[in-house]
Amino acid sequence: MNATLAGLLQALALVAALALSHRPLGDYLAHTLTSAKHLRVERVVYRLIGVDGDSEQTWSSYLRSVLAFSAVSVVFLYAFLRLQNHLWLSLGFPAVKPATAWNTAASFVTNTNWQSYAGESTLGHLVQMAGLAVQNFLSAAVGIAVLAALIRGFRRTLTDRVGNFWVDLVRVTWRLLLPVSVVLAIVFVAAGMVENLHAATQVTTLSGGGQSIPGGPVASQEVIKELGTNGGGFYNANSAHPFENPNPLTNWLEVYLLLVISFALPRTFATMVGDRRQGYAIVAVMVLFWVASASLLTFFEWQHSGSALQAAGGAMEGKEVRFGIAGSALFASSTTLTSTGAVNTAHDSLTPLGGGVAIFDMMLGEIAPGGTGSGLYGMLVLAVVAVFVAGLMVGRTPEYLGKKLGGREIKFASLYILTTPAIVLIGTGVAMTYPAERADMLNSGPHGFSEVLYAFTSAANNNGSAFAGLTVTSTRWNTALGLAMLFGRLLPMVFVLALAGSLARQHPVPVTAGTLPTHRPLFVGMLSGVVLIVVGLTYFPALALGPLAEGLH
Amino acid sequence: MANPFPALLRVYLTGLRVLLVFTVLCGLAYPLLITGIAQLAFSHQANGSQLKQGGQVVGSSLLGQNFTLPKKNPADPNEQPRPDPRWFQPRPSAAGADGYDAAASGASNLGPNDADLTRTVRERRAAVAAFDGVAPAQVPPDALTASGSGLDPDISPAYADEQVQRVARARGLDPAVVRQLVDDHRTGRTLGFLGNPRVDVLALNLALVRLG
Repeated sequence: MNATLAGLLQALALVAALALSHRPLGDYLAHTLTSAKHLRVERVVYRLIGVDGDSEQTWSSYLRSVLAFSAVSVVFLYAFLRLQNHLWLSLGFPAVKPATAWNTAASFVTNTNWQSYAGESTLGHLVQMAGLAVQNFLSAAVGIAVLAALIRGFRRTLTDRVGNFWVDLVRVTWRLLLPVSVVLAIVFVAAGMVENLHAATQVTTLSGGGQSIPGGPVASQEVIKELGTNGGGFYNANSAHPFENPNPLTNWLEVYLLLVISFALPRTFATMVGDRRQGYAIVAVMVLFWVASASLLTFFEWQHSGSALQAAGGAMEGKEVRFGIAGSALFASSTTLTSTGAVNTAHDSLTPLGGGVAIFDMMLGEIAPGGTGSGLYGMLVLAVVAVFVAGLMVGRTPEYLGKKLGGREIKFASLYILTTPAIVLIGTGVAMTYPAERADMLNSGPHGFSEVLYAFTSAANNNGSAFAGLTVTSTRWNTALGLAMLFGRLLPMVFVLALAGSLARQHPVPVTAGTLPTHRPLFVGMLSGVVLIVVGLTYFPALALGPLAEGLH
Repeated sequence: MANPFPALLRVYLTGLRVLLVFTVLCGLAYPLLITGIAQLAFSHQANGSQLKQGGQVVGSSLLGQNFTLPKKNPADPNEQPRPDPRWFQPRPSAAGADGYDAAASGASNLGPNDADLTRTVRERRAAVAAFDGVAPAQVPPDALTASGSGLDPDISPAYADEQVQRVARARGLDPAVVRQLVDDHRTGRTLGFLGNPRVDVLALNLALVRLG
């Protein structure tokens, strides 16, 4: 079998697997988020945390809970990292430096998992599993919780209640994330990932040299790293490291895991609003962008343009032999289109246009299919904008899913859309004016600029992958990117929840002959257009200075 | 009206309690359960797929390692390690100063148009071709580029084939025997379509040792 056909089959197998899990997983999540019954364990948890599981919150109370929980999590994780040397299993590593600890705490709480440190030489096992991995679970659940509130906003009428944040958080974690993780972690260990609490083992190699073989509870962290679209690697090399991704089968499974929830959530949405066709329209847009991105990225890597890659005769710099071009490009595309940011290849060494696709994927706002929860709420905000644009064209008050989209709703949607580009472009612009920050680039010329653009795009969109040549260990980088991650995560959540509250209060609008159908191919095309135009126009100048300048010279 | 301050604080306390409950569930119970099962049922994999030679652990079947000659002056950080012709050679590595440092996994992160990388690749092509006694155009891309982890355990079958003559000569073995060994260690695509065909360098070199 030739490499092209094998690559195609690998992608088709992935599509088939995702299609198979779309319905059952989507429906299961819908049930999880709407069921009136509490499990016995959940009742115990509600008693421990002092929450009435049957009560519901207003959007502002829901938001306060999200923000308070994020604040507590950042402080807790920061303290954990600063005190790791006093705790068990620290492997003798010193306390994490303040700027790095702040950046890492912000990073894991916001589902970004940007890493300005190397795991194997910075962190002990306890802080990895009881500090970082806990946020891998909870930050993913927070995303789904906020999405659930937005869907309830569409579904409900004449109420100020959008659900209970604590109940959503507990249920998503306990009923979905934990059980899947337990099963898949065992599969991952069987496939070769390490899972122990040892320090590194010193061995004498076959030719008489030395090597220090690292340990760690890797498999258990690896599953939730992908499933929760987190992406923070146990080791510096992330999913390129053979202990995090030992063979082509685990590689394929990791890509599947990082896509599976986000591709199933449109079904959850459709089931909850009681119209299955709405979900298919949203999934169609997501699939369109994902297929286009994966195909383009694979094509560019096979072309291996760039003087160094031409000299080598193939784009293997930064790639592992076991995955090859197809397994690396598929991963790179999927990880940047979700908010995962795990990498099995060095993105800095991707071809100029291949790297450009990776940056553009993130600039889309992580919506195709995006992070757990955050991907779909981002897409729904864009759907609101698409309906609004359509309404302007024909001169009708826009409505979506039986809700009128008035000035208030459009304001929240617009603010949502403006937030991330503002952080990315201002951040990149300011960083480029400082000589010290420019000196932190490893590469020069347009590629150096791409490193900085990638960093802010990745942080503000909560992706977490990097053009890792950029040295981001200084206090200024750590602080700036930490702020970009927090604002890029929490401000959009404020607007989404405000939108949810505003929608839930409304009267339902009856469907008439003049209502724009939002489940037809026409709407799929319009929504795709809005995604492309909103993003394309915003970022085009920045892309032209970086990847396009390098790729088209 | 009661003092509003405790109400303001209550939501933070709830947050902290949720965090503590899940730290115990997801941060301690879950990884310890998996570690327990892993150690009982899959202890070989869970402990790093270690490979032994004469009772001694010599590495992991998942991690690449250097096969270089001892440095002439071990204290000199500038001395480049030279490949040992008696072993199959792995890919170049950007992990640590001398490569294949498993305590410092990572890539070169050099861009596709980087001038230094372009020069390095050309130098590697000349050096590898001379070392293996083949035409420079014949050297495959994986022999000229560093991997993403710096710990890539594999090389392409093309690079393994290229090294057969040189290894056989250095060890005084029949090239046909060495070639057979390479063929025996060739792994195809998983299920026929996942990943790339490859040869695990450490496993192949261990088989060489066992050949005597």
